[in-house]
Amino acid sequence: MKKLTKIRSTAIPLPIEDVDTDQIIPARFLKALTREGFGENLFRDWRYNSDGSEVKDFVLNNRMYSGEILVAGNNFGCGSSREHAAWSLDDYGFRIVISSFFADIFKGNALNNGLLPIQITPDELQQVFKAIEENVKVEFQVNLENQTLEIVGSDKLFSFEVSTYKKMCLLNGYDDIDYLLSQRDRIEEFESQQLIY
Amino acid sequence: MSKTLFDKLWDAHIVDSIDGVDVIYIDQHFIHEVTSPQAFDGLKKRGISVFRTQKTLATADHNVPTINQHLPIIEPMSRAQVKKLTDNCREFDVELYELGHEKNGIVHIIGPELGITKPGMTIVCGDSHTSTHGAFGSIAFGIGTSQVEQTLATQCILMNRPNTMRITIEGELSKGVFAKDIILYIISKLTAAGGTGYFIEYAGSTIRSLSMEARMTICNMSIEMGARGGLIAPDEVTYAYLKGKERVPKGDNWDNAKSYWQTLFSDTNAMFDREEKFYAKDISPMVTFGTNPGMGIKIDDLIPEINNVASFDKSLAYMGLKKGESLLGQKIQHVFIGSCTNARIEDLRIVAEYVSGKKKSNEVSVMIVPGSKQVEAQAKQEGLDKIFIEAGFELREPGCSACLGMNEDKIPSGEYCISTSNRNFEGRQGPGARTILASPLMAAAAAVSGKIEDVRLLID
Repeated sequence: MKKLTKIRSTAIPLPIEDVDTDQIIPARFLKALTREGFGENLFRDWRYNSDGSEVKDFVLNNRMYSGEILVAGNNFGCGSSREHAAWSLDDYGFRIVISSFFADIFKGNALNNGLLPIQITPDELQQVFKAIEENVKVEFQVNLENQTLEIVGSDKLFSFEVSTYKKMCLLNGYDDIDYLLSQRDRIEEFESQQLIY
Repeated sequence: MSKTLFDKLWDAHIVDSIDGVDVIYIDQHFIHEVTSPQAFDGLKKRGISVFRTQKTLATADHNVPTINQHLPIIEPMSRAQVKKLTDNCREFDVELYELGHEKNGIVHIIGPELGITKPGMTIVCGDSHTSTHGAFGSIAFGIGTSQVEQTLATQCILMNRPNTMRITIEGELSKGVFAKDIILYIISKLTAAGGTGYFIEYAGSTIRSLSMEARMTICNMSIEMGARGGLIAPDEVTYAYLKGKERVPKGDNWDNAKSYWQTLFSDTNAMFDREEKFYAKDISPMVTFGTNPGMGIKIDDLIPEINNVASFDKSLAYMGLKKGESLLGQKIQHVFIGSCTNARIEDLRIVAEYVSGKKKSNEVSVMIVPGSKQVEAQAKQEGLDKIFIEAGFELREPGCSACLGMNEDKIPSGEYCISTSNRNFEGRQGPGARTILASPLMAAAAAVSGKIEDVRLLID
């Protein structure tokens, strides 16, 4: 997994609530056998018309906006467990998603792919949206070690939670599976004591 | 110390903990063609095998056609994905019920019907509706592909202990009201995000009165309010369902298993992080009007007038519906009866009972898709297939079908579909498709008249 320590970037705003993983990557694009290339179809049906032309007013098609940070409305990533949603965001070039609330499975999938979900309060989220609205080139500084999100050039510094274990994984680029594989003896010992029906 | 059912099961499966994250042992892992190929690739790259093949079962369900399953799959990418599952299962020695096999079907339908799903277990699958299996008093939840790989490699995953919520429902259901209505009602009250971070236990006299199949419908949609899973303490209804099933213990082993299962309940004084209570008398047949399952109303209510919320307006615009409108009488062009939520034999019986001797409206297409080969066989044995065909329904072969717009079964853009599935997201049933979620009986009634009905007025 890619390491993530500090990111300084402009951001792309998507002020829509309850963005589900079917919007992030529709099911008809889940037929691939590898993890690569999903960015092309990220937000496919919001981004493209049925004839393949771009939907002009969708934010990813607006050249004014760019960056490695996506800022989204409440309850981002709800619905299906498809990890393809995290792969799509990553493949498109996002390293961070900011929202006031994330769905559980998406959050776990993102963290397993080096994509950091940053949860801030609804009020802080509005401040982030407002800062982008006032200046599309405003930059955000994310510091994972300190667990802070700063709106660069302002006095606004927000803190966020991340589990100690996941923070260690992201800072070092460790996967869960590396840890679990190191525990196989412990797992076999557990199995030998388990009641089985 | 008093414990909740969830905590009893979670504690019994903790292998170890690291920085507050638990290593949880998984008793049963289900896999399917869509979320497993990248996980098997991970194993290949590391040169490792599947740790416990006996605790892994595969089926092809999401990306399969529901006609001509005996022939090669026409769509090349679907054919390749299904073949990949077969190849991976062969290479890694994992049992597979492939397309056409007499035990093939939707993963959450076949687990219970084969008796693989049992009380006290931990169950995962790379599919969010794994919560279905919680109906048996097990901890069951959906995972991403990285966790599929972890489970294949170690039979464990890393997870923070979720909070617990108990939802109690008391009283007797009114006529025409089913499990689907109960869960759509609860989600409409708690919202599509209301259960996030929680594992839910459903309790109360209403839940106790339900069959196993109805309980599965409830647990199935726990994820639609954001909860990782939902469970129901096992009872005599559970044991009666399980007894005699293929992979359920027999003889003395049954007695031993049952005496263990009888310890699986929340202790009287157990503390939940959150409690919610509802009454069956308040629940009516439900329909959704928007683009998430929390946007549901009772059939005789009007679409709420919520103002100045851009997401709400966007949702209604997508659905082509207006604030203050009723859905009663809303014309539909398609009916989909199927999915892991409502494609078990009881669902088919409810539909058959209503449509027996009736014909579908000429204005609609109706697809009815059994959840598994066993459900299909049972339906044929009971003669339900003849009723469906005489009514003009298209009786398909098992699969996830039009629930998720991944295979060939899709709803055309801009058209309305009343669906017994679990999600009404934009494009869920195909780009531009407009989904109205409801119970199988509501779907059956709409199939006959071509519009949304209040089933209470149509049945005795």
